[in-house]
Amino acid sequence: MAIRVNLITGRTIQQGVAMEAGKEKPAYATACGIIELDPTDFKKLGAFRNTNVRVTSEHGSVVVKAVEATQGPHPGVAYIPMGPWANMVVNPNTYSTGMPTFKGTPVEVEVAKDEPVYSSLELVRKACRGELA
Amino acid sequence: MTKTVTDVICPFCGTLCDDLEVVVSDDGKQLLEVYNACAIGAEKFLHSQAKDRITRPRMRQEDGTWKEITYDEAVEYTANMLADAKKPLMYGWSSTNCEAQAVGAEIGEAVGAVMDNTATVCHGTSLIAVQDIGIPSCTLGEVKNRADRVLFWGCNPAHAHPRHMSRYSIFPRGFFTGKGHTGRKVIVVDPRPTDTASLADIHLQIEQGHDYELFDALRVAFKGEKLPDVVAGIPKEKIYEVAETLKSGRFAIIFFGMGVTQSIGKNHNIDAAIAVTRDLNEYTKAAIMPMRGHYNVTGSGQVWGWQFGFPFAVDLSRGFARYNPGETTSNDLLRRDEVDAVFVLGSDPGAHFPFNSVKKIYDLPSVVIDPHETPTSEVCKVHVPVAFVGVEIGGCAYRMDNVPIETRKVVDAPEGMMTDEEFLTRVLARVKELKGV
Repeated sequence: MAIRVNLITGRTIQQGVAMEAGKEKPAYATACGIIELDPTDFKKLGAFRNTNVRVTSEHGSVVVKAVEATQGPHPGVAYIPMGPWANMVVNPNTYSTGMPTFKGTPVEVEVAKDEPVYSSLELVRKACRGELA
Repeated sequence: MTKTVTDVICPFCGTLCDDLEVVVSDDGKQLLEVYNACAIGAEKFLHSQAKDRITRPRMRQEDGTWKEITYDEAVEYTANMLADAKKPLMYGWSSTNCEAQAVGAEIGEAVGAVMDNTATVCHGTSLIAVQDIGIPSCTLGEVKNRADRVLFWGCNPAHAHPRHMSRYSIFPRGFFTGKGHTGRKVIVVDPRPTDTASLADIHLQIEQGHDYELFDALRVAFKGEKLPDVVAGIPKEKIYEVAETLKSGRFAIIFFGMGVTQSIGKNHNIDAAIAVTRDLNEYTKAAIMPMRGHYNVTGSGQVWGWQFGFPFAVDLSRGFARYNPGETTSNDLLRRDEVDAVFVLGSDPGAHFPFNSVKKIYDLPSVVIDPHETPTSEVCKVHVPVAFVGVEIGGCAYRMDNVPIETRKVVDAPEGMMTDEEFLTRVLARVKELKGV
């Protein structure tokens, strides 16, 4: 069962620390390769916490781990910390301002238990070479 | 024996904390401990000591592996790439000092590049708004000493500027704010109940993307005019309450972040935010300030402001400076295939640009200058590691309130590593030879 939510991105302190410690390290994927969902949205999705999910927008698709919102409740709103995972799906249109629309992308979330969450370098490399499913 | 270096400047965020203490080994080669910094700042200092740090330039081979090259070869590749390109993009510039930014701008002029900094995905829209209607701002010192009404709109300093609240905005006791946080009213506007919101007296959980309406509603409420029952998901009683709270203060400060600059409406949201500040000045003293992200993104706007008259998105390809956000901004240029080489310094577009822009960097000749291994180094052809500015080399940086602060060197860079400025100076000299200027 897939759910539709409004995706926003941004900084978290874990994202900041992991970024400075090295984006090639697994901690960066743990901090940013996630989607924070509200408990009510988890219920609608019918998934356990810490399940891998596929997030799809009209701009792209990415697999991340679904976790419960750390700064909630925010039903209907989902949060992926800024980074390559979020940037696979955000709306790149700048509407003539230079600024991509990083916040407010409608996305669909569905359970993808058997699909892996790639590390940042792997994700970007595979996506550039067209090797992503 | 170890030495403690005091009054160290933190080169992470725009708060540019200037009270860090760093313990270094006696020979000044090793950094051992960091005091007073936030978790992110401390990590930045400590990461410079990583055992697996890359200390020599590398070039991507046909089979995708890296080959170590010398700095001379890296200078040669970079200079040739820039000199051969019709319209190279020179992006980043926010995690380096003003001295390096100035040399970079000189290279940009010599090769006819488009110069853009990280404001393009951060506060670029704020800069457009400032050009539209001006900005009544102040310094963080004034905030600390005077502000008794603090409004955070679409920003979450608890996570992004961790020491901002303790040093300047919520907790410190200043000259006219002797009661510290008990004398201040804090309002947070955010679609999520963030950790910053948990410290607020009032949190408005706005419907995402409806900032413009709520700003306008506040302007209506200041004048005591009629409002619809609900605006942007907020009941009108709450809006009147916030308006009264702001008006009743002696000094109100509005801090705003990516929640307003990146949501739909973009620069128009900031127009409205600045208009709120202007209106508020009818009743009390009010100021507004963008929460700048990188520690020296403000500085790169300053340097280019002096040199070209524009703070970001400066197109030098016609031999004079042009500025037209939406046309001369990095993501628009990349998406439309309007640049033919990419040079990145002090930023990570590989991680922080939408993927279709990253793919374009992968397809083009590209060089990245960065102490870290990043998604950008993953897609570039040449990666040049350099010394950390603010850790291994000093130089000027501008705080979010446009106050320049000289950063300090606390430890030596690994043997034989160049700084940003040294590398750029070498590239500039070689570019001048190639171009015959």
